[in-house]
Amino acid sequence: MPDYAWPDPDHRTLIGKRTTRVDSPVKVSGEAKYTYDVHRPGMLYGKVLRCPYAHAKIVSIDTSAAEKMPGVKAVQIIQGPGSNIHWAGDEIVVVAAVDEDSAEDAIRAIQVKYQQLPHLVSDAEPPSGSAQEQGPLSMDDIGDMLDNQVPTREMVSQIQRYGLTQKPSEDTLKGLKDDGAPDDVLTALRSATVHPEAGNRPPSNYQKAATQTTGDPDKAFSEAEVVSEGLYGIPVITHCCLETHGSISEWTDQDHVFTHISTQNVSGIAGQMAEPLKIPATNIRVHQDNIGGGFGSKFAPDRWGIFTAEISKKADGKPVRYMLERDAELKVAGARPSAYARVKVAAKKDGTVTAWQSNSWGTGGPGGGGMPPIPYVFSIPNQHLEHTAIRNNIGPARAWRAPNHPQAAVLTMCALDDLAAKLNMDPVEFFGKNLNLTRARENTYREELAIAAELMGWKEKWHPRRQNADGIVRGVGLSFHTWGGRGHASDCDLTIHPDGSVELKMGTQDLGTGTRTCILVVAADTLGIPINAIQLLIGDTNYPPSGGSGGSTTIGGVSSSTRRAAVDARDALLAKVAPALNAQPDQLECKNGQVSVKGDSSRTLSWKEACSKLGAMPLTIRGKNPDRSKPPDLTNSGVGGVQMAEVEVDSDTGIVKVKKMVAVQDCGLIIDLKTAESQCYGALIMGISYSLFEEKVMDQATGRMLNADMQFYRLAGLSDIPELIVHMMTGKGYDERGVIGLGEPPVISPGAAISNAVANAIGVRVPFLPLTPDRVLAALEQKGRA
Amino acid sequence: MRPFEYVSPNSRSQAIGLLGATWGNIEILAGGTDLLTLMKDDVVTPKRLVNIKDIADLRGISFDAQGLRVGALTSLGELADNENVRKNYPALSEALLEAASPQIRNMATIGGNLCQRPRCWYFRNGLGLLPKDENGKELVAGGENRYHAILGNQGAAKFVSPSTVAPILIAYGAKIRLEGHKGKRELPLEKFFVIPKTENDREHDLRPNEIVTELVVPPASDLKAAHYEIRQKEVFDWPLAVAAVTLKLQGTNVQSSKIVLGYAAPVPWPCPEAERALSGKPVNKETAQKAADAALGKATPLSHNAYKVKLAKVAVTRAILKAAGGAA
Ligand SMILES: Cc1cc2nc3c(=O)[nH]c(=O)nc-3n(C[C@H](O)[C@H](O)[C@H](O)COP(=O)(O)OP(=O)(O)OC[C@H]3O[C@@H](n4cnc5c(N)ncnc54)[C@H](O)[C@@H]3O)c2cc1C
Repeated sequence: MPDYAWPDPDHRTLIGKRTTRVDSPVKVSGEAKYTYDVHRPGMLYGKVLRCPYAHAKIVSIDTSAAEKMPGVKAVQIIQGPGSNIHWAGDEIVVVAAVDEDSAEDAIRAIQVKYQQLPHLVSDAEPPSGSAQEQGPLSMDDIGDMLDNQVPTREMVSQIQRYGLTQKPSEDTLKGLKDDGAPDDVLTALRSATVHPEAGNRPPSNYQKAATQTTGDPDKAFSEAEVVSEGLYGIPVITHCCLETHGSISEWTDQDHVFTHISTQNVSGIAGQMAEPLKIPATNIRVHQDNIGGGFGSKFAPDRWGIFTAEISKKADGKPVRYMLERDAELKVAGARPSAYARVKVAAKKDGTVTAWQSNSWGTGGPGGGGMPPIPYVFSIPNQHLEHTAIRNNIGPARAWRAPNHPQAAVLTMCALDDLAAKLNMDPVEFFGKNLNLTRARENTYREELAIAAELMGWKEKWHPRRQNADGIVRGVGLSFHTWGGRGHASDCDLTIHPDGSVELKMGTQDLGTGTRTCILVVAADTLGIPINAIQLLIGDTNYPPSGGSGGSTTIGGVSSSTRRAAVDARDALLAKVAPALNAQPDQLECKNGQVSVKGDSSRTLSWKEACSKLGAMPLTIRGKNPDRSKPPDLTNSGVGGVQMAEVEVDSDTGIVKVKKMVAVQDCGLIIDLKTAESQCYGALIMGISYSLFEEKVMDQATGRMLNADMQFYRLAGLSDIPELIVHMMTGKGYDERGVIGLGEPPVISPGAAISNAVANAIGVRVPFLPLTPDRVLAALEQKGRA
Repeated sequence: MRPFEYVSPNSRSQAIGLLGATWGNIEILAGGTDLLTLMKDDVVTPKRLVNIKDIADLRGISFDAQGLRVGALTSLGELADNENVRKNYPALSEALLEAASPQIRNMATIGGNLCQRPRCWYFRNGLGLLPKDENGKELVAGGENRYHAILGNQGAAKFVSPSTVAPILIAYGAKIRLEGHKGKRELPLEKFFVIPKTENDREHDLRPNEIVTELVVPPASDLKAAHYEIRQKEVFDWPLAVAAVTLKLQGTNVQSSKIVLGYAAPVPWPCPEAERALSGKPVNKETAQKAADAALGKATPLSHNAYKVKLAKVAVTRAILKAAGGAA
């Protein structure tokens, strides 16, 4: 059996070293093409009429004037009369025209009558007692869930859990199917229990989403020596991808579609477009070279990806481009759910944490959303948790880099940090003392905590919380996080040609994380040839499928399939070359662009000479992950990280500046140290941005988002970014775990670490992110009054 | 795109002839950094654009014993970098350099800067200059007013005047020159800004058929001046408070001063109360703070912007100290 295992440190030429991104030159020069840059011959431009109201019923739509306008090639109603609209900015009609201006003029000529309905866009603390148990679901609820893009898995689990108010007729089911209801949902509807008596329940915006008790919290609180109580929270933010969502679709014949799309999921798009377009997935080709940001919001074709292809068909198959406008991107294409909590935590005088109680709430838009995993990282023995989900009209939530974890980190680490302050303990000592509660990752966290403290200069910088903040004050804070990150399913084809050229094809995508570079590092290291001797082809459904880039699963998946393909290809080549070198295949090695007999440098062929022994036909090997027939498992799950922040607060203006951040992170075996560090730098920058600036501001009266632009949806700029120090845990204890994902974990902790640093600096907790001057001054004033 | 007529006159009189008698249908186009955004967002929908960039005599900077003369088409970047401005009006140069980004400063004109429209997010979302819902209910007072006015906000106008440069120009005693159907006018710059009472009013004492031609800033050799801005982001962000101060000292005491707030009211807000409080006093932290308290004494914050009162006070205090050469 070939040895697929990752090479040990002595036998790595590229793995774990610093390799500069292979796509740097094309990115820096602007040569790299994004979906946004794609212009197809004869292309039409799509524009969308969006509903201005947060909650409304469509009464009528008149598109006749638009259809007659010059340059307009097709008009399609997306949601017709009778549809319920649940957020401002939802799609009503799409137009395809010869240029953007004509499309926009046509949109203006469309008349839609709406009946406005009451809306809720707030996620303020639910009035006490308002949270309802979810009862059986009506067919309207099911329709709303589909409209609201509630994930299939969640829909199925709700149908199974709550049942239905009436048994759906076959006609209803067929209607749902035509509206795009997935088969799993239809199956769940067929087999659901029916509770006809629950029919006329008035709907509530507030839904009890979780009640959990572990251990004996009442007893633990009554016996507690120190109890700390606080209010914490993190608002809805938007993904704000710099390349907006969208695609260009064309029908190359009656039943074949070619789609350029901005996506995190090249291989998965065709399957999702097939059913609505009523053609087999194999007839849909999907292509993407580069993506300008997704952050978890670009796994699906989305409604707009489907209607772009549909309207292309109406327009005789001509390519139609519809990329979201900036405001639409911020309004409808991605929101991170909010999370707020009143938290009570208890400890012994020596700092041992004994109990946790939280009443949390938050919104993920019309779907409500779930409870973040609190208490986070630390499994506190006695717990009582209650969570209320707010269903409102802000637009649907999407996965945002490490879904639910930044929220959990803020709610947990800030509450624990306040407890440490109440105990008058240095947080490094306090958290250190409770690391046994982190279970599996205890040793990792202990090592990381010590390294982070050293790199931050924590000992010199930490001070007990200030009693009086005057002028410019500094403080430090920390946070812990965890993540899974096991590699996803990934296939690739590696071909060695008789002329020595090598080609690797994989239907994956490079989100800017360095996926291309890492695949090449693994292949080149295994084949003993330089990176630039391999041609890598990704981003197309013509290549073997590889998973979507979410959940930090890409690096583990693509590196494992590449390793298996490269080992098999190498061994197959060696078998062909062995006779020429008068040796057995297992005596040979590939190194420095040569194939030679181990220990005998006189018996050597150049890579090109060696490949010529393949004869006339190239050699193609399929590599797979997972692949139990080819052990060992090359990827793993579970990482831990520690971050520290130092801030400076002007206590007269409430302005917070982050002065330094330290990220210490493990992720198993590192393929490319340089791109791994880049992930952490990028995450810290994104973390500073959401800690200080980002917030989706909704107007309660009109139900609209007020800052759907880039002047009031603030993102951190270069000068807001301080010294960033990244330390990757490598070597013994880490490398042998295999490759684990890194994309998400380092973005989890900044919110909590920065909030804790501000509390340390000014002596009082600013309850909610972002840490804007109004909030900081309000906290200081409240403290002054206390 | 909404169709519009585009005209490019090359003299003032031609330009004025192409303007209309009422607002709404015709807009003057200078650098376009504000107007084009407003048009793309459908907030203003002119039927005719009068491009004034080809009018040569609206350009240029001159400096002599009478002071500084700046043509309306002078770019913010050019004005900031002008040697005479840097030497004689350093606080103006600083204010200009803190505005926007280098690219925008190269396109944006000083005339356009003073005539730019409010940044109020209700206005920019098409809900009106004096935002109301469909039932005529005012939106700002009970809405998201964290960035809105804390002074001069008793009427329906609750936005803040958007220019960060206007306060220091007013503090230097600048005058603005206008030309229209009825000839030329000159106004103290502070009088140019007005609080609109109806949706059809503008924020400027500019008639629909007038253009801004020139700014005149008197000599400032006997003044100590400072511009101070509080922004959350380090650069390229709208401020939360702006204060501009010019001081005339007699010995160590203030003989007279001019103190103007930005981002506090629908117009740049002169603070005579603060000026009186400072008069005859030496400049130190205590007198500066007293002046700041006087400046904001009549503040009427809205539901979510009381913090701006504090920020404005800090800005005034720091601007006074900075002008006097003390630590800001
Ligand atoms: C990203 C960004 C950041 C910015 N930051 C700042 C900042 O920090 N501080 C700040 O002060 N400003 C800032 N601005 C605003 C900028 O200064 C103005 O947009 C610019 O000065 C307007 O000048 P313009 O020549 O481009 O005017 P235009 O956009 O051409 O016109 C603006 C308005 O003025 C009118 N107008 C222009 N010239 C005349 C004239 N001569 N007579 C009569 N009416 C005229 C136009 O009709 C229009 O209503 C920023 C703008 C942007 C886009």
